[in-house]
Amino acid sequence: MHPAPSVILFTSLSGLGFGLLVWLGLGVLAPTGWVAFVFFTIAYLLAVGGLMASTFHLGHPERALKAFTQWRTSWLSREAWASVAALVIMAVYGAGLVFFDNRWAVPGYLGAALSLFTVVTTSMIYAQMRTVPRWNNPTTPAMFLSFSLAGGALLAGQVTLAAVLLALAGAAQVAHWAVGDRALAGSGTTMASATGLGDRGAVRSFEPPHTGTNYLMDEFVHVVGRKHSRTLRAIALVSGFGLPILILLAGAGHILAAVAVLLHLAGVFAARWLFFAEAEHVVGLYYGKR
Amino acid sequence: MAKDQPHLDTSPHVSDEVRKTTCYMCACRCGINVHMKEGKVAYIEGNRDHPVNRGVLCAKGSAGIMQVNAPSRLRAPLKRVGPRGSGEFEEISWDEALEIATGWLKPLRETAPEKLAFFTGRDQSQSFTGLWAQSFGTPNYAAHGGFCSVNMAAAGIYTMGGAFWEFGQPDWDHTKLFLLFGVAEDHDSNPIKMGIGRIKERGARMIGVNPIRSGYNAVADDWFGITPGTDGLLIMALIHELMKAGKVDLDYLAQFTNAACLVDSDPKSDSHGLLLKDSEGQPQVIDRRTGQLAPWNGQGVQPDLSATHRRAGVTHRPVFHAMADRFLDPQWAPEAVADRTGISADRIRALAAELARVAFDEAIALDREWTDFRGITHDQMIGRPVSMHAMRGISAHSNGFQTARALHTLQILLGSVETPGGMRFKPPYPKPHTGHPKPHCKVTPGAALDGPHLGYPQGPEDLCLTQAGGPARIDKAFSWDNPLSAHGMMHMVISNAHAGDPYRIDTLFLYMANMSWNSSMNTRQTMDMLTDTDAHGDYVIPRIIYSDAYSSEMVAYADLVLPDTTYLERHDCISLLDRPISEADAVADAIRWPVVEPDRDVRAFQSVLCDLGARLGLPGFVNADGSRKYADYADYMTNHIRRPGIGPLAGWRMGETGLQHGRGEPNAGQIDSYIREGGYWMEHVPEGAAYYKPFNSAYQDWAVRMGFYDSPQPYVFSLYSEPLRRMQMAAEGKGAHQPPEHLRARLKTHMDPLPFWFEPLGDETAQGYPLHALTQRPMAMYHSWGSQNAWLRQIHGVNPLFVPTKIWQEHGFAEGDWAVVSSPTGSITVPVAHMAALNENTVWTWNAIGKRKGAWALDADAPEATKGYLLNHLIHELLPEKDDGMRWSNSDPVTGQAAWFDLRVKIAKAPAPQEAQPAFAPVASPVPPATETLAWKVGK
Amino acid sequence: MTALPETTDRKLGLVIDLDTCVGCHACVISCKGWNTENYGAPLADTEPYGADPSGTYLNRVHSYEIQPNDGPAQLVHFPKSCLHCEDAPCVTVCPTGASYKRSADGIVLVNEADCIGCGLCAWACPYGAREMDPTAGVMKKCTLCVDRIYNENLPEEDREPACVRTCPAGARHFGDFADPDSHVSKLTAERGGMDLMPEQGTRPVNKYLPPRARDAQMQPPALKPVAEDAKGFVGWLDKALSRVGGG
Repeated sequence: MHPAPSVILFTSLSGLGFGLLVWLGLGVLAPTGWVAFVFFTIAYLLAVGGLMASTFHLGHPERALKAFTQWRTSWLSREAWASVAALVIMAVYGAGLVFFDNRWAVPGYLGAALSLFTVVTTSMIYAQMRTVPRWNNPTTPAMFLSFSLAGGALLAGQVTLAAVLLALAGAAQVAHWAVGDRALAGSGTTMASATGLGDRGAVRSFEPPHTGTNYLMDEFVHVVGRKHSRTLRAIALVSGFGLPILILLAGAGHILAAVAVLLHLAGVFAARWLFFAEAEHVVGLYYGKR
Repeated sequence: MAKDQPHLDTSPHVSDEVRKTTCYMCACRCGINVHMKEGKVAYIEGNRDHPVNRGVLCAKGSAGIMQVNAPSRLRAPLKRVGPRGSGEFEEISWDEALEIATGWLKPLRETAPEKLAFFTGRDQSQSFTGLWAQSFGTPNYAAHGGFCSVNMAAAGIYTMGGAFWEFGQPDWDHTKLFLLFGVAEDHDSNPIKMGIGRIKERGARMIGVNPIRSGYNAVADDWFGITPGTDGLLIMALIHELMKAGKVDLDYLAQFTNAACLVDSDPKSDSHGLLLKDSEGQPQVIDRRTGQLAPWNGQGVQPDLSATHRRAGVTHRPVFHAMADRFLDPQWAPEAVADRTGISADRIRALAAELARVAFDEAIALDREWTDFRGITHDQMIGRPVSMHAMRGISAHSNGFQTARALHTLQILLGSVETPGGMRFKPPYPKPHTGHPKPHCKVTPGAALDGPHLGYPQGPEDLCLTQAGGPARIDKAFSWDNPLSAHGMMHMVISNAHAGDPYRIDTLFLYMANMSWNSSMNTRQTMDMLTDTDAHGDYVIPRIIYSDAYSSEMVAYADLVLPDTTYLERHDCISLLDRPISEADAVADAIRWPVVEPDRDVRAFQSVLCDLGARLGLPGFVNADGSRKYADYADYMTNHIRRPGIGPLAGWRMGETGLQHGRGEPNAGQIDSYIREGGYWMEHVPEGAAYYKPFNSAYQDWAVRMGFYDSPQPYVFSLYSEPLRRMQMAAEGKGAHQPPEHLRARLKTHMDPLPFWFEPLGDETAQGYPLHALTQRPMAMYHSWGSQNAWLRQIHGVNPLFVPTKIWQEHGFAEGDWAVVSSPTGSITVPVAHMAALNENTVWTWNAIGKRKGAWALDADAPEATKGYLLNHLIHELLPEKDDGMRWSNSDPVTGQAAWFDLRVKIAKAPAPQEAQPAFAPVASPVPPATETLAWKVGK
Repeated sequence: MTALPETTDRKLGLVIDLDTCVGCHACVISCKGWNTENYGAPLADTEPYGADPSGTYLNRVHSYEIQPNDGPAQLVHFPKSCLHCEDAPCVTVCPTGASYKRSADGIVLVNEADCIGCGLCAWACPYGAREMDPTAGVMKKCTLCVDRIYNENLPEEDREPACVRTCPAGARHFGDFADPDSHVSKLTAERGGMDLMPEQGTRPVNKYLPPRARDAQMQPPALKPVAEDAKGFVGWLDKALSRVGGG
């Protein structure tokens, strides 16, 4: 799949933002006044910024409101609802903390649940795709959720929680790779099944339908070199999880914590880039690609 | 519709009007419905009523809208301002352009008309352009047949009075086995696809004989991946097997071929090899009823296939005996040919047996009574349901003429020509070779030529020679070099004109012929010849006038460019005098008419010729008082009279009592009638005349009524070709017209009156070049003027060289690799790709994808200009020097057909260059740059 | 509405005959032409005359080479457009309801006025049947020529998809798969019409007819020689002619 920067930004940043909102809503940290304002601002900038980024890849962002209509069938529509609901409820909750110095537990828990659900909906957009076997398994939501919660905890300054969750998230990522690397082969979808010609002999693409490129090739056929992939995976694990955990365990000050957050973010970007770039869409089989 | 689903207008407005005309995206000439919205072309589809395509339309046809609006369209007449080849022009008015042309041509006509060489490329108006050239008085006129498929056409005409494509087609409704040779997926494109679809629907089978298993061969039930240039060898082996088993149609051969005609078989006789004739010149047979000599066409005569006749000490044997000598020779046995053809002896034998099985065990009979030219009535039409079709793949070899002769011989031996389930001619064919004109070349300054340029020589006296016996034509057509060059030899014009051999010319006038690119062998040298200057700094070819609708590569090499219209902006006639669109069951012709008006200062080339002809005072183009005869081409189409009662269009002519078809006087409303009736005219062949056309009295009478001939012209097929024998006799030293010494031996060998196979002429000098290299035209692109089409170029924008598995592995090629491909003539560096379904010693690519930078309004970095390439660079119009010190022409010695497919190469892996090699400097574009995005919609 | 209809009254779709398709791309361009001028936004092209030409096509013809264990390699031309699946995953993922499957005839369409151009439907389609138009920013796909097949401004015989009408080899057939007696249902039954990627669970309506066996050895009865050379042949000929009597 084409690793579109807008989608990588969106999923990475909004995941982080909603993760922070989860911990805020649950009251794992319950700042008030200016401190609360800063925390909520960071969370909203990330969540809303991510959502905004996601609209960059739309052909018609001015029609985005229509995306609220199909919540019964579409995970993307559900994501729209969930994110707006979470942001609204958490705004109420945040107002309590910032302006009234008061933690209203019900909107907090509800907002946390909605924030978590938003991340679920995002992950399900990918996990539902049978066309992308690498995504079409439980490790996808596990990874999204663990990334979101770990990143949120890191931002929330919850050292132990963050360290544990970062380790879990790293594990989820490794699981996603392990499962994903075998997913296409395990899906049963091959050039033989794509063409129905497999019982006659070995099938290979002779000439593509057009000698130039097209939307499908640009969007769905992206080949990452094996070596390149190994390097990026290592960077993602070390930067996203390993180093932040070490820094946390070393007992961090504010500056080091900021470094940990930035390292984590860089790792998440790398992981997310791989999440798309390594994902094999079965349509590539029609073009003789993977 | 569920209430929660959007409302949809399922009956939207389709178009304001449908205008029916004829496609010109290739030479197939399908009927099209052009849907108009607000006066613009909105959509093009096939015309369901049209005899050629019955509603279907290929990719090119459907992409016509991109052609009519292409940015590469020339906009106004151009006068060269930079050096030739630079592409630097200024736009001028038509008045100025025509004055320049008249100023150049008028003095030539008055002093030396042969100094004009007028050659038209993919011209579909040859009966008109030929008339113009004839009126001008130059002998130097032809179209592109010489580098296309003249071998096929000439062999067909000389053998059986017609060939494939516009001459004939398989009997798609009855055939049970269809054998396809060497078709490069182009000519007759939609009818063949439709035919294949039809036979598949009926469960009939198809066999492909082709080195490459693409296109039609991909859907063939069986594939024979033959070595290029050996089709004739395979066919000889098939004939050998069939004759050896007696699986030939004796009845048919006796009645409808010259197999029973008697030949002088005494080598010492002066008429050795000629048919025995009576005092009226009619070939003689032995009549089985009497055992006596009788003319071949005598009433009730039953020709004897085996009786000999001795007269005045000379034995005359039937042709069939000579055929037995030829074809039963062990050199044609399957075992003897297997290695060279790449087909095992077992498969050859199986193919021969399958042909025999279907032809004789699955014979069909239609209960239709018919009477032959001998007055014998047959109560049935017996069919041998084996049909064949072939095209450029077997034609474009130096042995193509005799290969095509062999193929027709095979068809005829099976009794499958003009019989149900076999091959059928399309009116006005069949037409015997003796019924065609002979070539003419007598030049008289200030007057017309003595007759039409092209034709079918019957013997040495019909050649186009000077008093000294040298070539009279600039292309050396109809000379001893290539006696039967029935379509001329356009591919030799530029090199001969440059060399001044046989003489110098002044003006080269070309139409729709991309000679500085894909239509020439040896492209780079052609460019050099076009730009070469003499000691005075003058161009060796002093003047070049070119007409094209588009900014093709050739434009840059012209001094004066006459911009043509696109096919939807013009009148045209697809005439019975030319290359008609008939089907086996119907005669038909068609028109084009301007369904849109040009939005540029361009004029239809044929209308320009009407104007130019009048300015030059050419007979036929001026009235008695010297005034202009034809206002434009439409005027000519309506009012030109070729023979009494016969004009360019056969439909809706004026009879004594009203409109009639075939013969008649001009009708001022004729074109309107064509437009009203869908752009074509068609008349069905009567049922009793549908088969056995050359021999069928009902057909002959109908053909006379329609005006194809002025009297019935029944004939029998020439398995033995006497015109060839007459040329061969001259080479043996007999007769008044003698070839030059250096050509005697090759004429003796190649002008053989019975088909045979020989190794392609270039093979001898191609030692060390183990591979055959071919090109094919892609179905979605065929004919180069389609290559700048925005929709089609996305399908074929680059052309890798396809390499068979064996060579791919030997050289360790991988996807994305490049290779140097060299021939004795040159080398190219090109991208390669793997293809398994390919003869193991053959490489190939799509033809004419490569484009010159600056041409066709493409960006200079377009893949066609950076990765695309031509194989033409590897092919020379002359073969390398041989032991005799001569450089022989790279063509068929009989017809002069360019031997494109004889090309031999070697291949080696190469580092990827920046661009395919050779790369050429860009030419300046005579048209503005093209748009960056396209979302073409004319309706609201 | 992106919920799939439980059932559709008709199941309109195509049968594509891989035995007959010669790979001419006629259907590709006919489709491009009709759908550029008709339903919704025109099918745009970027760099149409440039270095990297790319455009929206609703139907593309692939070609595949098959190397059997024995016998020569084969080539199969393979047209591919929307299969109008019964379980169309492209429909249910759509957040706006722009993508829908018509309950009347099962045609899967995009209502372009509602399309936000998110591309998710194209992700969900295993067949590559949907392409985002670079200029209009909306998803384009085969409409089965819904603006032709019911169009009262067209003659009855022309009320079929443009690709079917134009196919020179007759390799494309249009009809109602819900009707077991329809031409397409019968062809599918007779010729073993197959689904592409059945494991994806999309239940495509369009069916592909597999190529008939190629290069199945011809086994005609062997020819029996009547002569070994020309002389023998003439002897045989004389006998054969006296047997048949007439000429």
